[in-house]
Amino acid sequence: MAENEFDFSELEKRLGVNRRTFLKFCTGVAASLGLPTSAAVAMAEAVADPKKRPPVIWLHGQECTGPTEALLRSEQPSLEHLILDLISLDYHQTLDSGAGHQVEDMKKKSMHDNKGKYLLVIEGAIPEKDNGIYCKIAGETMTDLTREAAEHAAAIVAYGSCASWGGVQAASPNPTGATGAPQFLKDKTVLTIPGCPPNPANFIGSVLYFVTFGKLPPIDDKGRPKWAYGRLVHENCYRRPHFDAGRFATEFGDEGHKKGWCLYKMGCKGPETYNNCSSLEYNNIGGQVWPVGVGHPCFGCSEKGVGFNKPLFSLAEVITHTPPNMFPTIEDREDANGMTAGAAALAGVAVGAVIGATAMSAKKLDEKQSDSNTDKS
Amino acid sequence: MSQYQALGGRILTKPFMVLGLIFAISLYFMFERFVTGGMGAVSNLNGGFAWGIWVVYDVVIGTAFACGGYALAIAVYVFNKGQYHPLVRPAVLASLLGYALGGFGAFFDMGRFWQFYEIFLPWNWNFNSVMLEVGLCVAIYILVLAMEFAPALLEKLGQKKLLKSLNKVLFLFIALGILLPTMHQSSLGSLLIAMGHKVNPLWQVMHMQPLLALMTAILMGFSIVLFEASTVTVGFKRKSETHMLTGLGKIIVGLLIAFLVVRFGVLMFQGKLGLIFAGDFASFMFILENILFVIPLIILLSPERRAQGSKLLIAGVCLLLAGSLYRFDAFLLTFNPGPGYNYFPSVPEIMITLGVIAFELMAYIVIVKLLPVMHREEHA
Repeated sequence: MAENEFDFSELEKRLGVNRRTFLKFCTGVAASLGLPTSAAVAMAEAVADPKKRPPVIWLHGQECTGPTEALLRSEQPSLEHLILDLISLDYHQTLDSGAGHQVEDMKKKSMHDNKGKYLLVIEGAIPEKDNGIYCKIAGETMTDLTREAAEHAAAIVAYGSCASWGGVQAASPNPTGATGAPQFLKDKTVLTIPGCPPNPANFIGSVLYFVTFGKLPPIDDKGRPKWAYGRLVHENCYRRPHFDAGRFATEFGDEGHKKGWCLYKMGCKGPETYNNCSSLEYNNIGGQVWPVGVGHPCFGCSEKGVGFNKPLFSLAEVITHTPPNMFPTIEDREDANGMTAGAAALAGVAVGAVIGATAMSAKKLDEKQSDSNTDKS
Repeated sequence: MSQYQALGGRILTKPFMVLGLIFAISLYFMFERFVTGGMGAVSNLNGGFAWGIWVVYDVVIGTAFACGGYALAIAVYVFNKGQYHPLVRPAVLASLLGYALGGFGAFFDMGRFWQFYEIFLPWNWNFNSVMLEVGLCVAIYILVLAMEFAPALLEKLGQKKLLKSLNKVLFLFIALGILLPTMHQSSLGSLLIAMGHKVNPLWQVMHMQPLLALMTAILMGFSIVLFEASTVTVGFKRKSETHMLTGLGKIIVGLLIAFLVVRFGVLMFQGKLGLIFAGDFASFMFILENILFVIPLIILLSPERRAQGSKLLIAGVCLLLAGSLYRFDAFLLTFNPGPGYNYFPSVPEIMITLGVIAFELMAYIVIVKLLPVMHREEHA
């Protein structure tokens, strides 16, 4: 084996995927992150190297476990294997086989042993009201647990809308004072993967980036990785041409809805929601499986101030372009005038003039040339 | 004493007045187009044919006609064929007029022409747009041509100092003058790629489009030099320049063979040769177009015919018609935007285009009479 070729045989045993499938997966992730193919190899090597696997502490706050459920049902090649073996998942309340004091001790031990090296994933909102008594795990409040775990974490990821800004718990009147991890951990950089549920591909891509390069991918002002949340849902929506041409569905089951027209007038929040649903879709099964794809307007689940905040069927604020009030007709085809006699005559005269002038000039040139020839002789 | 001379003579000759009349008629329609009526009132443009004769003739073909300066610059400055240098200045003038009016012609076809300045604001640029490339490139090239032609004006005005400093940097403009047309003339082919299946298969050769566009542009450039030098000789009763043109004829032969090899080679590799004999309108136009390409080849292949000024002119005009037809066919005649659409230019549309051509000829005549453009005739 060549020196620079990496040994994936160990990995094949560990993950139960063959080398080819695995490299394909890494290439796909690198491509969606906008990285070159060489990064895919780097990722594959990083994952294959057991020493590079970061320990992960996974905290659950106020939430429905949707993000974890979405992750488990991800249809990437043996993704649950990959995610469990790509990282060393030391503590996760939904997935731990142990329970009670045993797992809590494991968590404390791992956090102590891997000080400054572990990845902290927060799922769910953090209730701050009344000293955080509205969410307790093992007798400790979520606020304390979060602060404790964040203290020595190498990186912090808020996974899901609840962890990103509070999500549905933070909707008015917000009785528990629910808040997101970035707002709670004001002095730390928190990578957010909003969505309800978030697309697991956005999570795995960002984590793979972290494992490979040892740092978080570039993020925007809301902590979202730019590679996944850099564009509006609206920008890549396959119904966008209908928006631009002014063809809108106005209620469920009407003609436009049946024909797959734009859902903007039914309250689609795609024009003000940053996410990659329209290009990546959901569940990796293709066939337009995501809300707008199956005929429901986007409700802006991944956008703070939109999802759980604006009424479902109210019009979105269009950040980029509003459709014009008037559109030129494109159906009006018989309107084209045919060839008129005058136009045909004019075109004929123009071409004829060119040919005639050429013939005349050619004749004169010949005369001139024969003149000069006789001059010489 | 300069190598160039102004031809002098009366400006208001009979042909000049005829051209003036055509231009005056076109002014009326331009007024209707821009002020009173609008685009719908004067043109037959519709939803399927957004580009009519204004774009396809004035811009797409007009700029190829204006490639004389470009073609000669390649011959003189890249291939170091100094013997053609006397032809350069009149060719640059023709290019300047052709491009300037091509650029102006684009305005006729712009629905909201008053927003044209937006193309110069970098934050509006869409780098994936072929149109942006063409638009900006042509706009810059007009300025470059103006700089290339400026020495003629400065000589006339006697601005020796300015002329001296301009001559020091002129090589930069000459270099740009070769780079820019290479860019936008090939992009005119890319426009056809962008139009996809609307372009007839015989002309839709996808990624060979830019190469074919560039080759026809250079061919037409050399041909327009033949045409222009011949007509100037006849029109202004000057000494024949045939001895120089013969060499150009030889260059054209090589280029033309290369073009035909690429043109038919691509069709062969794409398995489209059968379409040539399909017997429909497109196949007829294809055959006509290629006959016009082959005639000059036959004429110019023989050294005796190449030495005859008249044969050179006929070959040049044939090539100009062939190149024009190549572009007309692809962009307009066999263009199919979908069922129900058809287009033939209206009288006002044609008149405006003829008016632009008339203006171009008038400007050329006036400038060569007033400014030192033509090479000083050697005394026998």
